[in-house]
Amino acid sequence: MSASHLDQAANGLILQEPLRPGQMWSRVLKSGQVLRLTDVDGGGCVAALFYNADHTLERYNMPDTLKAQRIARLTTGAGLYSDMGRVLCSIVADTCGWHDTITGISNAAMTRAKYGEGSYQKLRNDFFRNSRDNFLTELGKYEMGKRDIVANVNFFVKVAVDNDGNLKFAPGNSKAGNFVELRAGLNTLVVLSNTPHPLDPSPHYAPKAVSLTVRAGLSATEVDPSLHSSAENERAFELTRRYFA
Amino acid sequence: MTLKESARNPTSAVHDEVLEAGRGWSHIVKKGQVFRIVDLEGNQAVDTLFYNANDPSDRYSAVDTIREQGNVYLTTGTRILSTEGNTLLTIVADTCGRHDTVGGACAAESNQVRYAIEKKFMHSCRDTFLLEIQTHLACMSKRDLTANINFFMNVPLKENGTLDFEDGVSGPGRYVELQAAMDVQVLISNCPQLNNPCNAYNPTPVRLLIWDAA
Repeated sequence: MSASHLDQAANGLILQEPLRPGQMWSRVLKSGQVLRLTDVDGGGCVAALFYNADHTLERYNMPDTLKAQRIARLTTGAGLYSDMGRVLCSIVADTCGWHDTITGISNAAMTRAKYGEGSYQKLRNDFFRNSRDNFLTELGKYEMGKRDIVANVNFFVKVAVDNDGNLKFAPGNSKAGNFVELRAGLNTLVVLSNTPHPLDPSPHYAPKAVSLTVRAGLSATEVDPSLHSSAENERAFELTRRYFA
Repeated sequence: MTLKESARNPTSAVHDEVLEAGRGWSHIVKKGQVFRIVDLEGNQAVDTLFYNANDPSDRYSAVDTIREQGNVYLTTGTRILSTEGNTLLTIVADTCGRHDTVGGACAAESNQVRYAIEKKFMHSCRDTFLLEIQTHLACMSKRDLTANINFFMNVPLKENGTLDFEDGVSGPGRYVELQAAMDVQVLISNCPQLNNPCNAYNPTPVRLLIWDAA
């Protein structure tokens, strides 16, 4: 864990807006821009997908990300790799410590089975949204769809794996005010969905308030702890540099 | 790990072929049919993707399969789930014990990151997948290549959040058998990776058999 490298650069603020409970969101981060997600209440879960905005066939690849860095979770110093060996985003700060990328998202059927109907007709904008439908809706704005939903990141979620491979969801992994910062390596389309994680044991549909900020671009060599965190990451950053060269 | 053998006899199989390392294979396994992959010489990773044969956008989902069974490894009893929440196949026999689904498929680009920038020339599973799709599966593209299963491959995850590729838990003649719950498009790359122990540094052939529903 580490504090933000960007606290002193508050004048670089480009955008600040809430990601409300249940909400979906997307934006193209220009290379170098930094997105901070803050878990306002604690216990959050923000599902995320990442694409090269200039050519969306290049997208976040969970296996490539994990095997190159020999990790099964994401935190400061981790690169989020594309399938083309480049860094879509890297985690430059993280006060939470563990973000999941192996247990996927909610869908309409499981949300209805777990929480009940939760229709818009009754609940208006507090209706029970799910991340698969949120992703399909948001991706549709970029002419993408089912075939573009891949294994995603779940920010603020910890699902540990024991020696026999059994999963253990960790309640309270993220505390109120915890944040994670992503620096874009490419011009990166980020798609977010804020709904409860499928393994969240709470019987009540209660997605959490999250806030988002985007700050001005900084070069990897200025701020990025993942640049030199391994020889693999140095090569991924080199391939990213060559892409723009 | 619990191992489960199968009573099926290769002489009654309706399909029986050997697939060399470095080659791709695509085939439809029909609902009820049983599909067996045999690790002929041991420690050979078989990179595999499954699709609903009637709608390839409904495809294997590693994360849904892992989450719904509450375990990160695949073995006898595992339901191979799709992105739409359907069961594509079920593992009905397994003499290896566990199979990976977070290690993904090797690629020219990931080899550059993992080993050296100049490794780009080496043959890889994702190149095999792409050629197989381009040649035989006209309705599909690179968009359809997602996190796959690596039969016979050993990628242990640790409680502290690390993982690594380790020497295989498989051996000569070990096999895994899956029964299709719907018509399933199978896409395989018999892995050519030479840079890590997933194939014991020696990629070898596998045998693929199919039996009709009993």
